[in-house]
Amino acid sequence: MSLVITGASLMGGPRKDLYVDDAGRLVGELPAGAGRSRGVETLDADGLVALPGLVDLHTHLREPGREDAETVLTGSRAAAVGGYTAVLAMANTTPVTDTAEAAIRVWELGREAGLVDVVPVGAVTKGLAGEELAELGLMARSRARVRVFSDDGRCVHDARVMRRALEYVKAFGGVVSQHAQEPTLAGPAACCHEGEVSGRLGLPGWPGIAEEVIVARDVMLARHTGSRVHVAHVSTAGSVEVVRWAKAQGIDVTAEVTPHHLLLTTDLLTTFDPTYKVNPPLRPEEDVKVLREALADGTIDAVATDHAPHARHDKEHAFVDAAFGMLGLETALSVVRTVMDETFTWADVARVMSQSPARIARLDGHGGTLSPGEPGHVTLVDPTASVTVDRDDSVSLSRNNPWHGRSLTSKVVHTVYGGRVTVRDGALA
Amino acid sequence: MKHLLSIDDLSVDLVQEIFETAADMHDVQTREVKKLPALRGRTVVNMFFEDSTRTRSSFEIAGKWLSADVINISAKGSSASKGESLRDTVLTVCAMGVDGLVIRHPASGAARQVSEWVDASVVNAGDGMHEHPTQALLDAYTLQRRLGSLEGRHVAIIGDLTHSRVFRSNVKLLTKLGAQVTVVAPPTLMPSGIEPWSKEAGFETSYDVDAVLPDADAVMMLRVQRERMSGGYFPSAREYTVGYGLTKDRLALLKPDAPICHPGPMNRGLEIAADAADAAQSVVLEQVSSGLAVRMAVLYHLLAGEEGSA
Repeated sequence: MSLVITGASLMGGPRKDLYVDDAGRLVGELPAGAGRSRGVETLDADGLVALPGLVDLHTHLREPGREDAETVLTGSRAAAVGGYTAVLAMANTTPVTDTAEAAIRVWELGREAGLVDVVPVGAVTKGLAGEELAELGLMARSRARVRVFSDDGRCVHDARVMRRALEYVKAFGGVVSQHAQEPTLAGPAACCHEGEVSGRLGLPGWPGIAEEVIVARDVMLARHTGSRVHVAHVSTAGSVEVVRWAKAQGIDVTAEVTPHHLLLTTDLLTTFDPTYKVNPPLRPEEDVKVLREALADGTIDAVATDHAPHARHDKEHAFVDAAFGMLGLETALSVVRTVMDETFTWADVARVMSQSPARIARLDGHGGTLSPGEPGHVTLVDPTASVTVDRDDSVSLSRNNPWHGRSLTSKVVHTVYGGRVTVRDGALA
Repeated sequence: MKHLLSIDDLSVDLVQEIFETAADMHDVQTREVKKLPALRGRTVVNMFFEDSTRTRSSFEIAGKWLSADVINISAKGSSASKGESLRDTVLTVCAMGVDGLVIRHPASGAARQVSEWVDASVVNAGDGMHEHPTQALLDAYTLQRRLGSLEGRHVAIIGDLTHSRVFRSNVKLLTKLGAQVTVVAPPTLMPSGIEPWSKEAGFETSYDVDAVLPDADAVMMLRVQRERMSGGYFPSAREYTVGYGLTKDRLALLKPDAPICHPGPMNRGLEIAADAADAAQSVVLEQVSSGLAVRMAVLYHLLAGEEGSA
């Protein structure tokens, strides 16, 4: 069946009808008689903004291993509802995605779910142990076509291992996405931004410098190896400074920021509510401000959710014992639109939430410009809607939603994945 | 007052009310028969997720002298490691019909979290590095008995501030009561962000014990855990003592009537010399008996009122 999307403003520009043929590709116009053979579906997008389907560089789908928190299917649902057509599924599952077989399994589960492209991220090191390289090449050459490698949740802290990984992935255009956390400066207990709040509350501090020293080291390793490094969930002004400097030197570095680091701040921890426990931790207002500026000026390339579902019982512990992470897929676009002012255009939203992530992950067919010939991945957003988030409305299996009760601007209305409507009027089709 | 989780929960009036009750309770301690019927029929559970001898027994005796049924539960080791959530652990205990839950937990904020899950009145008996409100109450009560009003009096708190819940509760309570507070520690044991905090809360910080002691009307020494050395917070016990210990020499700098407090257990020879611990101005043992009276008062205020209102 073909699809006509009527009246949408293309990335905030002129209004134009979009046509998707029955092969799921955007076309300039539908071939004559298309409606007669297989039917034409119409999606009314009057007043909506059309964006290329969103791409998330950083998602935890928890399958295999923790299917009580999320599965590839439920995570795909959350992604679709959030306007995503592709997600990169992090490797810290049980077992870890550190072999081609494990990567293919996640990729297949994504195909079965059929709501977004689920692209596995491969572990950098076996078992995320930080010691020996995982089979990066076999994962890259597999059907899953792994290009992004990350030990996320843990830092590839050994400089020698990081250097080898950066060198090795050059052979197949890979990138290492680094969880920057120098473990001697921010150990496993570290859970609150080190500063006045951690000092007052007596929570183990996670100083910004623990991120910054790794970012600084890694950009120098990227320069030395002539390879490509990506900084996951940048959270401090100091890291932004380093990335900005590195880009000015021509070093091949990219960076992402999460929606929560663009809005939520350390002072939320004063209630000790583990919903706000995340790694890296929520930072103070000064950092948040710099992160927004860096996203606007392109120093930070992408918004990535770090969607991290957790079963209730893994959050109902004392703060230091509770699991790290918060939901993000369903609310990411609304958060970005809420925190970024008017000078941040819809074209900028398309850049940071679709085009740049697709380019960083080397995803063919994603992150386009809604031009004829591209796969029909389209996200349609109501720019004027105001929504109050209710965690019980989520299609995720988990409820660790830091946005609960917050009012956000704009809302994903429809999502089209490969010409198929996966979300209609805000609900799964 | 439903719970006692933090000094922030207390107004100055309520503190003085607790102190007045504590003074009455103190008198009870000198009687031959020490039991009061105030909490008869009430159940108090001491739930300790962390080792403690003095605080646990202090709460136990306090509850018993008020005629409550007191049960001690040692739940050492994080519930996470046992596969049970903290919420499940405390709900299970409270399902047995508990009126007061006295909780000690190695994690900051645990008492507050628990108070949101259970119906019982929760008393924070120490949560990680966060607070230890009854310790602060007993310290202030002890000092007030010695010094009269704390208004304008200068109290020095010396030791490992970073890891100390005693410091955090005390600095809040002492400033609330009008005392002038100076906290002293090596830079590595100063909590992060203490500059803006001290400015806002109105207390002073210093690295120099010798400069602070002569002006102090009271001094509180904090316990230094020897494992902090392996954490690299300071090079050696000897160096700590020379820099920050209340040594015999430093005792001479102190006003002769300035009380010396220590929450215990003391590392004699490390943060406090025997000469200081056993000096006439030391109130270490008085703190223990005051602790009992203050904890009786706290339990009374939290649990006895309910009967009348029910």
